[in-house]
Amino acid sequence: MPKATTGDVVSTEDQAVPTVGVTAALNEDGPAREQTVNTFELHKVNVHYGDMLAVKDVSLDIPHNQITAFIGPSGCGKSTLLRSLNRMNDLIPGARVSGDVLYHGVNMYGPKIDPVQVRTVIGMVFQKPNPFPKSIYDNVAFGPRILKMKGNLDDMVESSLRRAALWDEVKDRLKDNAFGMSGGQQQRLCIARAIAVQPDVILMDEPCSALDPVSTGKVEDLMLELKKEYTIVIVTHNMQQAARVSDLTAFFTVAAMDQTNSRTGVLVEMDETRNIFSNPKDERTANYVTGKFG
Amino acid sequence: MSSRVISPGVSSSGSPIRSLEAPGLRIGERIIKGLLWLAATLSVVVTTGIVVSLLVPSIGFFQQVSIVEFLTGTIWAPGFANPSFGVLPIVVGTLTVVFFAILIAVPVGLSSAIFLSEYATPKFRKTVKPILEVLEGLPTVAIGLFAFSVLTPLIRQLTPFLPWTGPFSIGVAGITVGLLIVPLVASVSDDAMRAVPRALREGAYAMGATKFEVALKVVVPAAASGIIAAFVLGISRAIGETMVVLLVAGAGSPVLSFDPTKGIQTMTAYIGSTATGDISQGTITYDSIFAVGALLFLMTLAMNILAIRMVKKYREVYD
Repeated sequence: MPKATTGDVVSTEDQAVPTVGVTAALNEDGPAREQTVNTFELHKVNVHYGDMLAVKDVSLDIPHNQITAFIGPSGCGKSTLLRSLNRMNDLIPGARVSGDVLYHGVNMYGPKIDPVQVRTVIGMVFQKPNPFPKSIYDNVAFGPRILKMKGNLDDMVESSLRRAALWDEVKDRLKDNAFGMSGGQQQRLCIARAIAVQPDVILMDEPCSALDPVSTGKVEDLMLELKKEYTIVIVTHNMQQAARVSDLTAFFTVAAMDQTNSRTGVLVEMDETRNIFSNPKDERTANYVTGKFG
Repeated sequence: MSSRVISPGVSSSGSPIRSLEAPGLRIGERIIKGLLWLAATLSVVVTTGIVVSLLVPSIGFFQQVSIVEFLTGTIWAPGFANPSFGVLPIVVGTLTVVFFAILIAVPVGLSSAIFLSEYATPKFRKTVKPILEVLEGLPTVAIGLFAFSVLTPLIRQLTPFLPWTGPFSIGVAGITVGLLIVPLVASVSDDAMRAVPRALREGAYAMGATKFEVALKVVVPAAASGIIAAFVLGISRAIGETMVVLLVAGAGSPVLSFDPTKGIQTMTAYIGSTATGDISQGTITYDSIFAVGALLFLMTLAMNILAIRMVKKYREVYD
């Protein structure tokens, strides 16, 4: 699967998608770019579980090679929205996505799109580390094996573990069961496993919520390293984490729907992370990030 | 600073301090504990009783027939004027039944379990699972009659190129026993596979695994210990199955043969057909039943030990 490079210009002329204010100025340490390349463009996205509207009317852009954080209170639909970015929601009976979810300009819910293929390009790391009950080696080799990727498997495993900053810790015990690792190591193994299939995007659903602060720090360092090669979208409950690692932050909240009396997630605002935390436009965002939510 | 004062006999709320000693002997508690102990011990006592009752007459048998002759002899003719007690023919009969039973029950049982656990809609599963559990409890004599009257003629018609002789066939008996244990294997394997956490499946899906790859490469290995347990339960039933074998493979002809089209006696069929009112206690034929029974017991025991080892070796612990 060819990866879009910085120079790719994505055709968006047939979609009237407004671009969120992501500009070259954001890349303080990188070369200034004339044009921002968006990996995802969402336009009026709704997600239903059966009759329940879980996420309503979300429009946002997720730029290439950046870390975008989704924050907000429980039940605001941020995980649901994340899971609609690689069609993991397809696995839940009754889940339904409407509106446009564009990946490099292609409608991810179009008739020709195969969800299995989607997930080889857009990988995911979960809240609780979920290594397979197999050896460390077999965990990383799982993806390349099922996808029948060409090349030396040992090399692929090593390079994935290196990129996940785990190689030095596990190189002498690759045949050991992954469940013998610490929680933080298991989560980095899951990241290595996701990297091994050479995705373009890594979605992370609260990847540090089950980890101690030291392991969390390691995973955060890793994310900053990985954004050079991957586009990362992270859901987090930890606002310091969003502030530390993300370039952009989208704040979601729960809105009570009058007609159905159900709770639905809505996007309040999305901006550069430092604006969200220091100078939010919406009062609800200000209340949440300063801890006055409620 | 005042020195520490022992509190007077008044609690925080002002009422007198309550005793911390037991208010009584708690007799009921002791009786319950005793009854529970008794129930747990009963099964151990019964098992020991079975082993002893098998072993005592077996010892009498082995005083007349050497163990080597029993285990390596190829002629089983216990009732003859010049009796011979080589157990191999009926052991081969039993193993043939087990072989055909595994051939049917393992692929069919595992496939049904994968379908039920990974593919079926909740509604379908809710309907089919209880039916499977009812099938597990069908009287085997009814299944034997069905096999003799329907399955045997059907298989013969489908395979006219095989050298069928007589009404009985050990191969058909094995297939029938296999079908008999499919519900058991499927139901127990399905339970094991459904116990695999959803998070493991999602991890594989998130890398672009298809449903079948998730089932075969994640769920089945993670549930391996339960699936092996299901196979062992099934095979133990196949080894011990008597009624189907008597009806489909026949009671007679304990000849050493691997031909599945012939009616060959199995260990259980020998016991079942010999242990009738006609047999007098204390004869060598009477004792031989127990020797065969003891061997049957050892075979299932060995299989269970092997299975426990396999489970320990290949188990994928996921929590």
